[in-house]
Amino acid sequence: MKRHLISAADLTRDDALLILDTAEELSRIADRPIKKLPTLRGRTVVNLFFEDSTRTRISFEAAAKRLSADVINFSAKGSSVSKGESLKDTALTLEAMGADGVVIRHNASGAPHRLAGWVRGSVVNAGDGTHEHPTQALLDAYTMRRRLGDLDGRRVTIVGDILHSRVARSNVLLLNTLGADVTLVAPPTLFPVAVDTWPCEVAYDFDAVLPKSDVVMMLRVQQERMSDAFFPTVREYSRRYGLDARRLSALPEHAIVMHPGPMNRGVEIAAEVADSPRSTIVEQVANGVTVRMAVLYLLLGGSEPAIGGAARDGGDAARDGGDVSRGGAIRDRGDVSRGGDAIRNGGDASRREDA
Amino acid sequence: MSAASVPAHGSSPDSDVSHKTVLEAPDIRRALTRIAHEILERTKGGRDIVLLGIPTRGVTLAARLAARIAEVEGEPIPQGSLDVTMYRDDLRLRPARALGRTELPPEGVDDRVVVLVDDVLYSGRTVRAALDALNDLGRPRAVQLATLVDRGHRELPIRADYVGKNLPTSAREKVKVLLAEIDGRDAVVLEVPK
Repeated sequence: MKRHLISAADLTRDDALLILDTAEELSRIADRPIKKLPTLRGRTVVNLFFEDSTRTRISFEAAAKRLSADVINFSAKGSSVSKGESLKDTALTLEAMGADGVVIRHNASGAPHRLAGWVRGSVVNAGDGTHEHPTQALLDAYTMRRRLGDLDGRRVTIVGDILHSRVARSNVLLLNTLGADVTLVAPPTLFPVAVDTWPCEVAYDFDAVLPKSDVVMMLRVQQERMSDAFFPTVREYSRRYGLDARRLSALPEHAIVMHPGPMNRGVEIAAEVADSPRSTIVEQVANGVTVRMAVLYLLLGGSEPAIGGAARDGGDAARDGGDVSRGGAIRDRGDVSRGGDAIRNGGDASRREDA
Repeated sequence: MSAASVPAHGSSPDSDVSHKTVLEAPDIRRALTRIAHEILERTKGGRDIVLLGIPTRGVTLAARLAARIAEVEGEPIPQGSLDVTMYRDDLRLRPARALGRTELPPEGVDDRVVVLVDDVLYSGRTVRAALDALNDLGRPRAVQLATLVDRGHRELPIRADYVGKNLPTSAREKVKVLLAEIDGRDAVVLEVPK
């Protein structure tokens, strides 16, 4: 059975803990003179990036290389995609080249799910539209566990543009699996429609939640979208939902501040907060490589993957992936039906968070 | 070849396997004491040695050997653990498995005499993986191998420098090493399928 990592919901508690424990052991090789393991020698990992990314692509590339896999980087710019090639034809090309693992980032929610039905290798979702970004959630959980210990019963507050955030969705699902209590905080306009079906609390008053938080995760507000009327002004947003020094001091002593990056200093997070010792922002980037090594090892290292969910048939795609056909990038859109009870992703897939 | 973990009680309710205890706790104690003395003899008083156990039970055995050597010499000796999972040649034959811990003493392994410690020596493939793993960590002056049980059936040109007990077995049999720290009691058990 071929397995993939498409949604944080694919992971059972045991899967998630296995990834975090494996990452813990792998973090030690960063201190060694030879930062390389022979484990994936002769295996090929393709980084398929249809959307711009620095952090995530470099992180996956470093992870695959540290495990001795051959890495092929593909970006939509400068490829046949700009000549009009469909995702499916691109997938068949990869298949012909014998990719053992495909890491995909796409601006359409559900693209990794479709890809999983077309290729034999394991598919790892590196961010699809406004849907999910499971490895980001894993590295966030790993960072929290390193700073705070066991996540059971920990209170995590995620603040900002929940509506367009794949990071928020993956984090809610994974943290719930790991036993943490998640509270989402945002202006009412920045919540997805069906947020009440998510396994978390919803709040509008940031200050009231602060003293009860072990972790505060700030999400980026995309200034390029400020013309949309999600909130009156950046200053007002910042005043009500930004993390400044005053709010930092309202947090419990042990609480940490996270941000998946890229951040807008002075909007959702003040510069002095981002640079404070309680911020894990730089740590998160370093932990990203380790966690992605663990994921690649567990998916590709053995005779069969040790984690992740099996590819489901097309019928589930609508529920799982949200509005694929709206993203417009998948050409054979007839394949993806839109389920009536789909979890609404709440927005046009092209407006996504960049983390 | 590391022995898989078994329940602390010696005989399983499983009736198509018979269990024979080959070494009891005092036998294991004596074997480790002898190995400790042999290591001291061969390395001229344990100069520059580092004991590295292969998880899981090799680490426990390395700790016991280190304690015995310290008793005799009056000085603690560096010890650690060396996980070989990522270096195994049979990774692709089984699902990916959880990793053990690699922890080197602060002295490192460069220019030292590394004594690898494992519970059972069988095909020799674990030791081959350990040599590869060691190669990525530094350059020891020499590498030696200590094992509690040598059960034969080598598939690679590898031999142990220190052996607790040579145990002729057939390939159908299984050798299980139980240690008090992990399994609640000390014993080496031979499982013979009927």
